[in-house]
Amino acid sequence: MADLLHVSDANFEKEIVQSDIPAMVDFWAEWCGPCKMVGPSVEALAKEYAGKIKIAKMDVDENRETPAKFGIRSIPTLILFKEGKVAQTIVGALPKSDIEEALKKLL
Amino acid sequence: MEDLIIIGGGPAGLTAGLYAARSRLKTLLMERLSPGGQVLLTDTVENYPGFPEGISGFELMDRMRRQAENFGLEVQSRDIIQLLLSPDKKEVVTDKGRLETRSLILTMGATPRKLAIDGEERLTGKGVSYCATCDGPFYRDREVVVIGGGDTAVEEALYLTRFARKVHLVHRRDELRAARLLQERAFAQEKITIVWDTIPTRVLGNTGVEAIELKNVKSGDVSRLEVDGVFVFIGYNPNNELVKGLLELDSAGFVTTDNDMQTSVPGVFAAGDIRSKLLRQISTAVGEGATAAFAAERYLENMT
Repeated sequence: MADLLHVSDANFEKEIVQSDIPAMVDFWAEWCGPCKMVGPSVEALAKEYAGKIKIAKMDVDENRETPAKFGIRSIPTLILFKEGKVAQTIVGALPKSDIEEALKKLL
Repeated sequence: MEDLIIIGGGPAGLTAGLYAARSRLKTLLMERLSPGGQVLLTDTVENYPGFPEGISGFELMDRMRRQAENFGLEVQSRDIIQLLLSPDKKEVVTDKGRLETRSLILTMGATPRKLAIDGEERLTGKGVSYCATCDGPFYRDREVVVIGGGDTAVEEALYLTRFARKVHLVHRRDELRAARLLQERAFAQEKITIVWDTIPTRVLGNTGVEAIELKNVKSGDVSRLEVDGVFVFIGYNPNNELVKGLLELDSAGFVTTDNDMQTSVPGVFAAGDIRSKLLRQISTAVGEGATAAFAAERYLENMT
């Protein structure tokens, strides 16, 4: 899954905030069932939007700093970024079509 | 044209799919997310027979999905926009086009009910949660409140004691509805304090939950409890948006069926949490799913 990026506290700034194109980060963890319900949609969207929107996942178990910075206390949370700023936050599992609608607004 | 379309991929839908696939009906299961349903919100399932040590919600649903797919069930991820239901024509309108089917099984389930109080919506994801297994680990050494008194509320309060230093269980009555075994565990757990006869009236906080305002329903006293998280488990609302006005529903909006799971429209069946019934469990959902698939098969045989 080359189109889907895995980001960490260490490279979040470089990969997401300073990204040339809009980005979306899926904050997830192994323990979270609903995260596994959105996972396949996020992977599919990463393929479909390759080159247009940078789509990434961050494991909140391994990375504590970034989720805390964005006040994340529920997962799955999807944060959409445009020019390094938060454009939209989606909390909870949503169908692929709803996520795609939010992505289209970034373009 | 499909023989059968199943809408929803929880335990009822997957079991209906398993039976329909084994009956060699041309069957399609549509799920808006990935299959699993609300069971995925559960850490350990303890009351589904056959797993004496318990089984994780994810593992159980993964097994149900694989079992149904092994017999040829096709599962598609689709969002359904509209249903057209009449005795002689049944159509499913999805985001990827229309599909006609000869019969339908509805297993869309239910969604956790909200408190409908001030601050709840604004602070959802910022301290207000409906899933302890998802969000519990964010509350290590913190203080949380759980609202509710049924099985789910007590189970989740117990689960949260793994992380939180203190769990307040706020219940509107003076006794719990949860199974006795769960009550015994809650009473024995030192981290849990039960606040009886009390309802929440406001969730307070700026960027995240800071406190909850409570009201004692007997004395009328209003108090404030400083907490970092509010977990809500006060029952479920049926996912009936697609069938409102098309099928008979009970006063709470659940789909009514006969003993064979048939709804008010012939050839349309319902099973699992969306159905009007006494007990909403994985064990009841799977039985209804099997019955619905069998009844759908019989309906199809009588059609021709």
